[in-house]
Amino acid sequence: MTDHYRFRNVARMEWIKLRTLRSVRWTLLFALAGMIGIGIAAGFNTRNPQGDVTNNILVGGALGSVLFAVLGVLVMTSEYSSGTIMATLAAIPNRPLVLAAKAATFGLAALVAGELVTFAGFLAGAAFVHGAVPRPALSQPDVLRAVALSGVYLCLIGLIGLAFGTIVRHGAAAITALVALVFVAPLAGLAATPAGQFLPELIYANSLGATKPVQGFTLSPWAGLAIIAAYAVALLAVGGWLLFRRDA
Amino acid sequence: MIEAHGLTKRYGQITAVDHLTFDVRPGLVTGFLGPNGSGKSTTMRLILSLDAPDHGTVTIKGRRYHGLPFPLREVGALLEAQAFHPSRSARAHLQALAASNAIPASRVDQTLQLVGLTTAANRKAGQLSLGMAQRLGIAAALLGDPPVLIFDEPVNGLDPEGIRWIRNLMKSLAAEGRTVFISSHLIAEMALTAERLIIVGAGRLLADTTVAEFSAASESLEDAFLALTSGGADYRGVPGGRPPRSAQQATRSKQ
Repeated sequence: MTDHYRFRNVARMEWIKLRTLRSVRWTLLFALAGMIGIGIAAGFNTRNPQGDVTNNILVGGALGSVLFAVLGVLVMTSEYSSGTIMATLAAIPNRPLVLAAKAATFGLAALVAGELVTFAGFLAGAAFVHGAVPRPALSQPDVLRAVALSGVYLCLIGLIGLAFGTIVRHGAAAITALVALVFVAPLAGLAATPAGQFLPELIYANSLGATKPVQGFTLSPWAGLAIIAAYAVALLAVGGWLLFRRDA
Repeated sequence: MIEAHGLTKRYGQITAVDHLTFDVRPGLVTGFLGPNGSGKSTTMRLILSLDAPDHGTVTIKGRRYHGLPFPLREVGALLEAQAFHPSRSARAHLQALAASNAIPASRVDQTLQLVGLTTAANRKAGQLSLGMAQRLGIAAALLGDPPVLIFDEPVNGLDPEGIRWIRNLMKSLAAEGRTVFISSHLIAEMALTAERLIIVGAGRLLADTTVAEFSAASESLEDAFLALTSGGADYRGVPGGRPPRSAQQATRSKQ
């Protein structure tokens, strides 16, 4: 018996909360179905034998990353919209500890789920590659890295979503801000600029999930991963500070 | 034992709680009475460290809430707004809270039974009736078997049977020696439930008295309450003090 609540107590609470919401399971199932469906379509329709076949198959990650990001937002904002946050913070007044436990449990769940849906999508898509196009296999180191890091990316974008939800607190506003900054900004011309290789979604599409070099992306996939992880940590730190400072 | 000292909370230009000093003692039900918007809910949020006061302190047995080692085992609270996710079951909600404060999982079913929610435990909390949702909130408050209990407007929207159930529960909790602090804007309900009254208006203390004393000087409790809360908010009651002049005047002018 310890004399004070600890991280593991808070993590257990957060894990129970996470696994007892059906919407979480449905979102992950939707991500799985989407990644498999898009992977098959992309694998089947790839015609260019010289192209980056692995990257084509992983294009479903664009959908997956939106879903994981939104899930991350909702893990926090649903507490505010339902009032659960008051029960949570009355149970654990140490607010940075609450966010740390939430990030740890959701992050771990998102990592496992992210790898699962990415590998499933890749294997399904690769099975449908045909004709003169070489079939990618996980035995190729670049392919394995691209698939594995894409799964990690889904976890990190989910954590970025969690941070947005903590900072903004209202679901719709947080999702709008997140989609605008992470998913729309790259389309609005930033992709062609040198800033492009510092944007998470572009790092993912052109570096993490690619097996062939893309012009303008000189950083290694691992450096790209570190940049995205740094975004997640920095945003969570801002969220934790605001959670600590603001009234519930 | 809850002790508030000089508690003050402002939201922008509005002073919700204004230099509030009072204590709530164990072994009896203390009513926290005041019109809507008089600062009762804010005071309860300050007690629970959900909001931070601008000035003053509030402690539970001499300790700040956010310093409590296992808060749910020290203080149980039912807040006015529902504090659970509508698509999570009542049982899962309580399981999560129990885990956070290292409360044995067996306590979840015990508490569900105590409030009469056993058969509805696996239903989505959002599908519970108002009365059942209130029982879930009370179950969450009782989960850690805490010596201090805080209920914000517990009978709001309940039917007579639910009101009586809560009233008897409050009294039995106090009889067990617990500190029971209930807010309400309904003087008649407080007269039936509470022994002590802390009366606030516009965030300020208007009276700190007992039900017996408060009603003695007026024709009825309701007269005394309305006179007190509609008049100037300048009366500062002391324990055992008399109701303010304005209450006596109001009674006289009616005769």
